[in-house]
Amino acid sequence: MSLERRSLEGTIAVDAEAVSSASRRARLATFTRMIRYTVIRLVALFFTVVAGVYLTILIANMGGYVDQIRRAQIRETIDLAASEDPALRLMPEEERTRIIEERVRLAEARLRLDQPFFVRSFYYLRDALTLNLGFAERLVSDSGSKQVRLVITERLPPTLVLFGTSNLLLFFTAIIAALNLSRRYGSRWDKLVMAMAPTSAAPGWFYGLFLILIFAAALRLLPFGGMVEAPPPDNPVLYARSLLKHMVLPVSATLMSALFFSTYSWRTFFLIFSSEDYVEMAKAKGLPNRMIERRYVLRPTLPNIITSFALMLISLWTGAIILETVFNWPGLGRLYFRAIGLYDTPVIVAIAVVYAYLLGLTLFLLDFLYALVDPRVRVGEGRGGRA
Amino acid sequence: MSMFWSNAKRLREYPTAMIGLTIIIALAVMSIVTLVVIPYGEAVRLWRGGAAVWSDSPKNAWPLWYDWLKREKMPRTIVVDSRDPAVEKVVEATGRDTVDVTMDLEFDYPYDGFPPELTLFLTSTYRERRPHVSLKWITPDGREIRVASLTPTRSDSYRFTQDRTLQRRLGRGRVEELLFAVPEREPLVALNGPYTLHVEGLLFEEDATLDAKLVVYGVVHGLAGTDHLRRDLLIALLWGTPVAMAFGLLAAAGTTLTTMCIAATAVWFGGLVDATAQRIVGVVMVLPVLPILIMIGTFYSRSIWVMLGTVILLSIFGASILSYRAIFMQVRTLPYVEAAQAYGASNPRIVFRYLVPRVLPMIVPNLVILVPGFVFLEAALAVLGLGDPVLPTWGKVIQNANVEGALFKGYYYWILQPAALLMLAGFAFAMVGFALDRVFNPRLREL
Repeated sequence: MSLERRSLEGTIAVDAEAVSSASRRARLATFTRMIRYTVIRLVALFFTVVAGVYLTILIANMGGYVDQIRRAQIRETIDLAASEDPALRLMPEEERTRIIEERVRLAEARLRLDQPFFVRSFYYLRDALTLNLGFAERLVSDSGSKQVRLVITERLPPTLVLFGTSNLLLFFTAIIAALNLSRRYGSRWDKLVMAMAPTSAAPGWFYGLFLILIFAAALRLLPFGGMVEAPPPDNPVLYARSLLKHMVLPVSATLMSALFFSTYSWRTFFLIFSSEDYVEMAKAKGLPNRMIERRYVLRPTLPNIITSFALMLISLWTGAIILETVFNWPGLGRLYFRAIGLYDTPVIVAIAVVYAYLLGLTLFLLDFLYALVDPRVRVGEGRGGRA
Repeated sequence: MSMFWSNAKRLREYPTAMIGLTIIIALAVMSIVTLVVIPYGEAVRLWRGGAAVWSDSPKNAWPLWYDWLKREKMPRTIVVDSRDPAVEKVVEATGRDTVDVTMDLEFDYPYDGFPPELTLFLTSTYRERRPHVSLKWITPDGREIRVASLTPTRSDSYRFTQDRTLQRRLGRGRVEELLFAVPEREPLVALNGPYTLHVEGLLFEEDATLDAKLVVYGVVHGLAGTDHLRRDLLIALLWGTPVAMAFGLLAAAGTTLTTMCIAATAVWFGGLVDATAQRIVGVVMVLPVLPILIMIGTFYSRSIWVMLGTVILLSIFGASILSYRAIFMQVRTLPYVEAAQAYGASNPRIVFRYLVPRVLPMIVPNLVILVPGFVFLEAALAVLGLGDPVLPTWGKVIQNANVEGALFKGYYYWILQPAALLMLAGFAFAMVGFALDRVFNPRLREL
């Protein structure tokens, strides 16, 4: 936005005051339009996220099926406690059953299991949306808390470190490489990338297995998995070194599985855009290559680049589960996997909700960035705004 | 459609596509052969059979091809059974109620190295009194080693390794190594030649019988090796092929076709239908697919077909609906659709006979490119421990290996073979898909 405007202001040096007041007014109009657009999208996305979270809750509870498991668990625990209680053992059979039934009823009422699932699902939805995530049934955070919020927030940073690093690296490497390739397409490198593109059919965890085989099992150069050595070093420098050492394999696995394909598709994309007439025109004018790339190729493709970046973020969130399991990375994905193994419903639902929120947030961010870079949104589509 | 075939023929210009096609055809043939040779029930029985089926094969044995790579000759499994007519078995009544059974379980041992395990399976019939069995090991150089005296039950096994007394008698080292080694030489070297296990049984009932089966377990076994439960991995690798192909193809075809039909319907009816479809796409985009799949796998059913159904359901309203929508928006305005409308074609007829067939050839590359993703998704679910509970698949072999620490212990074959097959299948479809994409999208072809 600023780039274009600056060049505009630079070239047309007419009555400075008139231009500045006009541009101020235009800026204000643009601003209100963008606010309105953002608010509308935000409301729409909110409802989308609510629907998504509700669906997730329904699935996570299997339409009430999980509650049967919970009821059975409650009964079993109470029965067991009763059989070990000397005071109850001496009571007559009837009295004992009555007490046990009463306790089961109370425990179920505490978890709202006495209400129909349909009603309860809305309580779940409210709790989920307000991030009132409750207490885990089995899992405990490293600090010893059973609060799901703490269990999850503890696991978020490792995931962010690993996947943030690998995906940012992947994204920028791919775009820079693609720009270079599109500049001299048909070269040997170009052909190599094209030939290698199908290797991206295999996901990161799959390459991870091979990398572990070669670098951890056979060569014993790098660790099999985990995030830092045990015990974690106290010295921050050593800690960082250990972390980096553990990150090499998972990051390379992600890169191996996606780099060639993304480079290939970006290259094709840039090539298509650089065969547009206005680029030819710019070339004919004799503009330097860098400028053509920046203004005539990258600028119009910016919305697409942002879209793909957001989509990549989405796949980042959900793709973590298997890679983290394979590499024993103590992140959100592995937590999810463990929660599932332990049937820890609150944690499972909470993570799914967090995922849904993160996806919704990503989509919103995408919309907002779109509004910033897409002139159709900025100028107001179909409203006769300035072209 | 004729354009479709002429385009498909252009595939021949792409060598990668031809390689990919060859691999796909080979895998398809392999699937069919597997389904015929090892039917479903048989595969499940073998894979779930346990000790009853697999007692004769070694634990974690390398595949035979490993032997070809190595200079030494690696020990293979040797089974000598007294029920085999070639084995000498003498039955002699010695008293009123006593019967002597002598068996010489002979075998040749031409290998370098030592077997990992040695087991004698004894089966006998009797009413009350158990037979008495004594074992003697005769090496090629004529040494006779007293092994053990036993009173086996009806179906019993004697594991040489676990016999403490024998171990003490032989001295330091592993029992198998000491039984097969050249005496008094360091390091231990296997002595090649004919070995005999002399089994002498004393039966205390007239009609009692005794049979013995000696299994000298190998270091290499079968074309694909064995896992920690002695199962032959070849079965899993073979059966993984049709499962992977079916899962990949059905999921890819199911999702693309339904998505396309929904996009066509939404575009044709427009208005509220279109808006609803788009809203649903928005909601589904927020749904975390893999976590949901995992939840269904844990809480509900791990059957591969339930998973397949869920995958299709979740991808029907995927983001790809938007790109199909864009295509149908163009197709809808074409004159032949207008003509159909003019002669009074019904709405379903226009959608399914006019709109969908027009776009059908265009989705072929898309469909093929989607296949590897689903093949790997099945493997991924299996690696997470959510594989089909009965069927052996590639992913489950990898999961077993991972859980048993195959990489750490150095059983590389265990992971390498299923991974190689997965890669082969995935890359084959990807290569064909990429070529198809270039053929069908002329804009890409020029580049």
